[in-house]
Amino acid sequence: MNLALADIRHRLGRFLMTCFGLSLLMAVALAMVGIYQGVVAEALALSRSLRADLWVVEQGTRGPFAESSRIPGDVRAIVARVPGVAEAGAITLRTAEAKAPQGILRMQVIGHEPGRPGGPSAIEAGRGLGGARFEMVVDARARLPLGATVELGGDRYRVVGLTRGLVASGGDPLAFVHLRDSQDLQFKLTPPAARRALAAGAGAGSTDTVNAVVARLHADADPDAVAETIRRWKHLAALTDAEQGEILTRSVVQRARVQLGMFTVVLLFVSAVIIALIIYTMTMDKLREIATLKLIGAPDRTIVGLVLQQALILGGAGYLTATAVVFASRGLFPRAVALGPAEIAMMAGVIGLICLFGSLVSIRAALAIEPQQALGG
Amino acid sequence: MTARITLEGIGKTFGAGETALRALDGVDLAVQPGEVVGIKGPSGSGKSTLLNIVACILEPTDGRLLIDGQTVWDGRYRVADLRRLRRERIGFIFQFHNLLPFLDATDNVALAMTLAGVDAAEARARARGLLDYLQIGRRAAAMPARLSGGEAQRVAIARALANRPSIILADEPTAALDSERARVVMDLLRQVAQDRQTAILVVTHDEKIFDRFDRMVALRDGRIEQDRRRAA
Ligand SMILES: Nc1ncnc2c1ncn2[C@@H]1O[C@H](COP(=O)(O)OP(=O)(O)OP(=O)(O)O)[C@@H](O)[C@H]1O
Ligand SMILES: [Mg+2]
Repeated sequence: MNLALADIRHRLGRFLMTCFGLSLLMAVALAMVGIYQGVVAEALALSRSLRADLWVVEQGTRGPFAESSRIPGDVRAIVARVPGVAEAGAITLRTAEAKAPQGILRMQVIGHEPGRPGGPSAIEAGRGLGGARFEMVVDARARLPLGATVELGGDRYRVVGLTRGLVASGGDPLAFVHLRDSQDLQFKLTPPAARRALAAGAGAGSTDTVNAVVARLHADADPDAVAETIRRWKHLAALTDAEQGEILTRSVVQRARVQLGMFTVVLLFVSAVIIALIIYTMTMDKLREIATLKLIGAPDRTIVGLVLQQALILGGAGYLTATAVVFASRGLFPRAVALGPAEIAMMAGVIGLICLFGSLVSIRAALAIEPQQALGG
Repeated sequence: MTARITLEGIGKTFGAGETALRALDGVDLAVQPGEVVGIKGPSGSGKSTLLNIVACILEPTDGRLLIDGQTVWDGRYRVADLRRLRRERIGFIFQFHNLLPFLDATDNVALAMTLAGVDAAEARARARGLLDYLQIGRRAAAMPARLSGGEAQRVAIARALANRPSIILADEPTAALDSERARVVMDLLRQVAQDRQTAILVVTHDEKIFDRFDRMVALRDGRIEQDRRRAA
């Protein structure tokens, strides 16, 4: 017979209530880990989806995500001719508010040329951009159906394709449009004074401006070497995809990450204290039983086993419920809750450790119980 | 014949210096196999202290304790040895049965055996045998909370008998029972002592069972005031 299980069965109602309460706490901690991972995953989603080996941006910037970057559109052709580069595509990036049937929709608009790097790697429904103007491929997060019409900078765009999981680092859905359309949009959304200056041919020059050129390399090319070559051009900087990923996670979402990380740590700490208290109460409730066990000669390992097993059963049952709760409800979160087997396993390990350490105080207390206490008076 | 329990000049002082309290002083006692000995005395006379010393959960300040002729507390004993000694040689019966509330009657008895290394299936079978022997077999599957006081005390006796102990120690075993049931429990203990040559030491205030002892030891201020055998 297993004493830990028998005792739990004896007070099943109470145990289940405790487990349930604990599981909600763990669910919050687990969701926090998921949200943390989600922020990182979403920050990388765009650059991953574009499958760029190299990002060519304005000199002195770490664009186009961390800082704004503007380069002439003809840079694309230059980059495409650099040895080692297989193909190159120009992109523009800007956040904009669109009028959608369901209301104002904030999105990150990406202009690219169909057939060149810069478009989404996978289309979930519908098709990619074709040759026609004012078409849009948007992420499912925008909750727009295929065929919907969206108004952007005074033009009406038609949704022809949907992607999944493509959001900007702030959580806004990505919308892909034709580079030409996006450059028009750029012009229309520029403040009137600057626009007048542009139209007069002064200042920065033409409207053929893009924010970055993404390049894919030949399989045998060394990204660092190619980046080095491009950096020799005036006005240009080049970032490898690894560097871009680093910037995205380190710089763009750094504060959000640290904030979420801190909060996760606080939650785990609170969970640890609560778990330790619950285990302590469970143990002290059995003071007389433990004294009796000692009196009739139960060895210490029986007592330790009782406390420890109950702690682990409590933690395990709570965590299972927590996982179920999080997976059942993660669609309700506005941003991705990214939990893979690695996160689930890591949290299981953390909870296991918390239970283990949480039982230490109780085990000490249980071992200190005198067998005399069973005899009473 | 070796005495089951031998106390030689047992003394116990609680605390030290000004506040030192002499709870037992020069107690000599030998209990033979099959003997049922009652210990009575006013409150604070040292009854529980004496029982705790024999139970090997309290170390005497002076004197010698022997169980089955072997000296306990001679400096070589460790906590684990004492636990084994309690497991294998001593059965306990309490005022309130002290059954584990989360195990049924059979498992409460079987637990004592599994702690002593008997395998679970055999322990349960033997536990049922013991419950039958104590005429409580029909309640074998009941949880302690569902047992009456007298039934629970019989299950507790079965548990005390689980490992065929040399001695059984009981602290006020009948205090929670009416006189009818108290007598039944005492008769059971007498029968056990007879059948198994167990020495039974019972601390009690309960006058209605005084006639159930072979021998009555009266304590006062930590000393044996009277040690009277019942005329056979
Ligand atoms: N752990 C202890 N520390 C200090 N003094 C103790 C301790 N245990 C018992 N005593 C004292 O030793 C004396 C004998 O106590 P004991 O418990 O043996 O009496 P008793 O005969 O069992 O009394 P009662 O009938 O009330 O149970 C008492 O004066 C008691 O206060
Ligand atoms: Mg007492």
